[in-house]
Amino acid sequence: MKKTSKRGPREPGMTLIVKTITRLTVGLIFLYGVYIVVHGHLTPGGGFAGGLIIALSFIHLMLAFGKDLALKKFSKAAASIFESLGGILFLTIALLGFTGGYFFLNFIRKGRPFDLFSAGIIPLCNIAISLKVGAGLFAIFIALVFLQILKKEE
Amino acid sequence: MLELYILLSFMIIGAVIALEIKDMISSVIAVGAVGLGVSIAFLILKAPDLAITQLVVEILILIILIRLTLKRDLPFSTSGRWLLNTVVTFIFIAVFLGVAYFAIKDLPEFGSPILRVAGTYIAEGLKKTGAANLVASVILDFRAYDTLGEATVLFTAVIGVITIMRKIGRKKIDEVVNEEDE
Repeated sequence: MKKTSKRGPREPGMTLIVKTITRLTVGLIFLYGVYIVVHGHLTPGGGFAGGLIIALSFIHLMLAFGKDLALKKFSKAAASIFESLGGILFLTIALLGFTGGYFFLNFIRKGRPFDLFSAGIIPLCNIAISLKVGAGLFAIFIALVFLQILKKEE
Repeated sequence: MLELYILLSFMIIGAVIALEIKDMISSVIAVGAVGLGVSIAFLILKAPDLAITQLVVEILILIILIRLTLKRDLPFSTSGRWLLNTVVTFIFIAVFLGVAYFAIKDLPEFGSPILRVAGTYIAEGLKKTGAANLVASVILDFRAYDTLGEATVLFTAVIGVITIMRKIGRKKIDEVVNEEDE
């Protein structure tokens, strides 16, 4: 991919059209993922799907602008930290159930149904799973992209 | 139920195309069409949670597959012992259909499960957990152990992929790789 056009060296990423569209849509995709996570106990969706949508917004950024910019926004170290943090948070919520009796006890007050802040530990678990899934699958994507680059050098 | 059968035949045709076509990119796109068909099938069967998850996972897998197959000459072999392969395939399909005929006859009717615990979840899920989405109340409250196991499986899978794919594991014998290149 050492191709150079007439206007000098090639920029990383795709064309201007794709970059402009990406700039407009990537924030909306990220917000949609957050919405799916936070409303996981009220509407279809939940931690897994919402975390994947958040990861896809960063992958969208990486495909349009090249890997350097996307890794500046969400580095490999951050992916590793967030994945471990999600796993530990999920386990901690599970272990805190022992304060009331048993593992995975829903120890927070349930609240009124159909409220955003209801259902006890379920929204917290959704957030933990979304951190874990989003960061983990983004890390897998980074690993595969680096593999691709290494193959080209050989 | 008619639209489900139309969708199923569409998915079978897509799977056959994905197997038989010569071009790698076209094959990947046919796989993607099958995955989107699965997502719509979940919607028809009234499982929107699964439909969202299937759609999003399918998009991620398609991006990864297209990136891995793009600009790479993968050998695609269709030669070989044609007659033997076909005969063995037909025998396996016949055995599978025969077993599936007896197995599916014993399945319960659609919408009336054998496990009676599901009725309790539907009746008392909202009262006991306070979550309006019944699927969330099952996977994160009644069956939270399953979700913990699933999260562990995903964690192990991510660690495995990164361990295999990283640079420091694939270096030559005398090559020196810096830690930050990893």
